[in-house]
Parts: sequence; structure tokens; C-alpha cells
Amino acid sequence: MLSSKLTGRNLWIAALVVPPIAFMSLFLVYPILSAFAYAFYEWRGLVRGDFIWFDNFYRVLFEFPFSERTINAFSHNIFVFFALMVLQNGVGFLLAYCLWRELWGARFHRVAVFLPVVLSTVIVGLLWKLFLHPLFGAVNVSLRAMGLGFLAQPWLGQDSTALMAIIVANAWHMVGFPTLVFLAGMQRIPSEILDAVRMETESEWVKMSKIVWPLVAPSATVVFTLLFVGAFNWFELPYVMGGIDGSPHGATDVLGLYFYRTAFGSMSASAENFGPGSALAVLIFLIIAIVSSVITIRLRKREIQL
Amino acid sequence: MALGRDGLIQIILIGNSIVMLAPIIIMVMSAFKTNAQIFQSPFSLPDFTKVGNLVRVWTETDFIRYLMNSFIVTGSSIALILVLGTMAAYALARYEFRGANLILLFFLAGLTLPLKLAVIPLFIQMRDLGLLDTRFALIFIYVATGLPTTVFILTGFIRSLPNELEDAARMDGASEARIMWAIMLPLVRPAMVIAAIQNIVPIWNDFFFPLIFIQSNDLKTLPQGLTTFMGEFGTDWGVLFSGLTLSALPVIILYIALSRQFVNGMTAGAIK
Repeated sequence: MLSSKLTGRNLWIAALVVPPIAFMSLFLVYPILSAFAYAFYEWRGLVRGDFIWFDNFYRVLFEFPFSERTINAFSHNIFVFFALMVLQNGVGFLLAYCLWRELWGARFHRVAVFLPVVLSTVIVGLLWKLFLHPLFGAVNVSLRAMGLGFLAQPWLGQDSTALMAIIVANAWHMVGFPTLVFLAGMQRIPSEILDAVRMETESEWVKMSKIVWPLVAPSATVVFTLLFVGAFNWFELPYVMGGIDGSPHGATDVLGLYFYRTAFGSMSASAENFGPGSALAVLIFLIIAIVSSVITIRLRKREIQL
Repeated sequence: MALGRDGLIQIILIGNSIVMLAPIIIMVMSAFKTNAQIFQSPFSLPDFTKVGNLVRVWTETDFIRYLMNSFIVTGSSIALILVLGTMAAYALARYEFRGANLILLFFLAGLTLPLKLAVIPLFIQMRDLGLLDTRFALIFIYVATGLPTTVFILTGFIRSLPNELEDAARMDGASEARIMWAIMLPLVRPAMVIAAIQNIVPIWNDFFFPLIFIQSNDLKTLPQGLTTFMGEFGTDWGVLFSGLTLSALPVIILYIALSRQFVNGMTAGAIK
């Protein structure tokens, strides 16, 4: 009697946990494990060939023309990370500080700053592409209207400004995220600490650098790590605004685009190339995994437990 | 002095809100304008009764089809995520059994895996399963990526529920399934709402997986369809802005109505 009840209970538990585990294994865990294996095989179209050790990695890292494109794309990812660090996380911290004061209208500004975050990247990209149109875009039209016509440029059409233009669009889209994460961090600082500081010093700078900044360190760790992951997964916005080849002349090419082009083909090279594509995926994964753990561990050290 | 500082903060906040909202307002206004009006005076108020562009998007393009596809894919994914997520979370939170911790760890590990980079094996797998160019490919991927956070949120919540009701029902001889369905699940509803919102935005907005797995125009989701549509109507800016406005509006309205839940849901992973 007891044992049959127990097996009934076990069956019930199994019925609850097995389907979700099966889904996760089949469509998340198994593909990711395979991704590592695939990079060591030769691929002819969609057919797997021989085990070729590190040949695919060698090709994407050292063989022309792969290597040049890899390095070009990689350097752009690095640039994107640092530029967004300032434009997105830096501005986000400043905005969080402003919102934290709870001045009149803060609630409205909080809703406004997060509004673009809920929009699809495709909408954001297409919208800014229209705004940045050299002749009819709202940006150049307003520059000309203000008598600053000499500043009007083909923002997305020239090597010198294209990447930066996409970065600015990204910052507009996502700045609300670090803002509200930092704000939540600031709101958790106990008011006794802030009162004590107020008695000690009048200087806003001392309060910021010695108290607020160290105490929001957990938020900073999360936001910095997520930005790094985002910068090296960057795909949708450059795809929509710069196109699959990272035009003009590869000026907006990043690893995500290059990976997609290599794996699934593009206008210029239509065949799938799964070998080098998989090698690129593994390399991107390793960069993200290693650097984000280093960021997390190093930043965790300066976090203070309250 | 203090007034000056608060004044500066107000200026920064107002300036920032203008930067955040102006592009969206210009987008909506341009939806009611002709090309000439957009090019000459992008900032002027339009005649809001001129809905010709919006009607054209509605009748001359596949917009409705894309919208329906997005609803079907997002709706089924969220439903499956909630069903499967609740099942796993309920078992992990309410029963003690061997391997429970291991299973929880398995789900937590899924939080950090970037599935985008495994898209080549996924592609081969979907081909072998005959799911290329079907909605199922997208739904299954979204369920797998959505489950970890959902199980995480729901397990924590279900654990915090009191035991008394459950024990009383068990004394009365109710079956485990009946206890779960009739007594416990109604209490889990608030956490389900948070889990749903957290998943809706990334699934509704996703562009990457449809790009890889969907080819037929009939199955394209809204973000993917928009890129097609921009190519077709490339010179008619009024229609383009109308398309963007119509795609953005449902999410914007939902966000304004439920901004607190959106913010909580979307930053839930980043705020401990």
C-alpha cells in the first residue's frame, strides 16, 4: 500500500518535471554542446565531413581573407563596448542619480527613459535609418533649418560616422535599462548612511564618489557584464542599419554579422559555410564567457556588503 | 545653491525625456503626412484626420498577417512557457525528492547560455525534425530560452506559499493533481504575470530566429515582416512611418498602462 503510493507520487513528480527538462535539453543544452563539436568538423553545405581538429579555427584567425575580416569585426566590437560604456552606462548612471532625487515629475521621466527599451530593435533601427537619411532625414533637415547645414552628413553612408551613428541609436534604445538598474541600486542605500554623510560633508562629489558609487557596485557589475555580452552579441541593429555586409566597406561589420554571413551566406557569398561559422561562434562564446567572468569577479571584489 | 543644483537636474531630466520621446512623436506624426510634408517640415503637427497611409498599410501590405503571426508565435510560446515552467517549479518547490537540487541547477545554468551562438546546430536539428520554415521552430526555441527565468521566478514564489491549505486538502483525501490545480495554482497567478511579461517583450521583438528559420512570407513575424515591407515601400515615407507606428503602438500602449510591471519584469534578472 505504502510503496504503491510512493511510486504514484514519484510518477506524478516525473510527469511534472520531465517535459520541461526535455524541452530545455532538446532545444537549448544539446544545440549548445553540439556547437562546440561542430567547429572541429569539415562541412560541405549542410553535410558533416571529417574531423579536422583546429583547421576551422586556424582559417578564421589566420587565413586570408577570413582573418582580416575577423580582426576588423573584432575591433569594432571592442569600440562598440567602450563607446556604449560611456553613452549608455555613463549617461544611465547620471540619469539614475537625477531620478533618485525624486524631484517633481521624476515619475514621468522614469517612464519616458524606459519607453524605447520596450520597442523592437528592428523598429528602432528602421526609424533611425529614416531619421539619418542624407537628404530627407529629420536629423539633416533640422541641421539645415538651424543654419548648420555644413554639419549635415550622410551619417550611415560614410566610413567615418556610420558605426558611431548606429552606436548612438543603440544608446537611445537601451539607456533606460542601466538607468533603472542603477536607480534601484541607489534606492536600496539605507537613508541612515546618507544622513550620516550629509552631516560630514556638503560636497556632492564626495558623496557620489565615496558613498553612492561604491554602494551601487552590485548594479554596476551586472550592467557592465550585460553590456559586454550585448556588445559581442551585437547583431540586429547593425543588420538593420548597416546591412548584412557591414556597409559602407565593412565599417559597421561586427562579429555577429560576420558569423551570420559566414554561416548562412550573404548577397556576395551565397553558400553556407558551417565549419568556419561554428569556429567563429565558439570563439565569440569563449570571449564572452572569459571576459564576463573576469569582469564579474573583479567587480565583485569592490562590492561592499551592507 | 541647492535650488541651482535641483534646477540643473530638472534641466537634464527634461532634456533627456525630450530626446527619448521626440523620435517616437515624430514617427507618429509622420504617419499622417505626405512625403512632401515629411521632407519639408518633419516637426509640424499633421492633420490627424488624414489616415490614408495607415489604411494603405492595413489593406495593401501583409501587415495584418505579420501581426497575426507575431500574436500566434508569442501567445503559444508564453502559454507553453507558463505551463511547463509552472510544472517544473511546482515540483521543485512543493516536493522533496532525490535530484531536485540538480534539476534546479540545470534550469539555472540555462540562464547564462547564449542560444544565438548555437544557431548552426539548431538549424541542422530543425531540418532533421522537419521544422524549418514552421512556427514550431520559433515556439520551441522561445520556450527553451524562456523556461530558465520562469522556473527561477516561479520556484521562489511557490516555495513561499503556506503549507496549511495543502495539508488540509491532503487530509481530506484530495489527489496531488487536484491540490495543485484547484488550491495552489490560483495563488501563483501574480508570479505568472511577472514571468509572462518578462518573456513577452523579447519574444514579441525577436528578429534573429525568424531571420534564420522562417522563409515563407506567410509565416513572417512583425519585426521580420517590417524589413520586407521597408524594401517594398522604400520611397513612400508616409507609409513607412505608418508601418513603424502601427507596429510600435501595441507595445507602447501596453507599456504605458503597465509600466511598473514592465520595468520590474525586464530588470528582474539584473536586480537582486
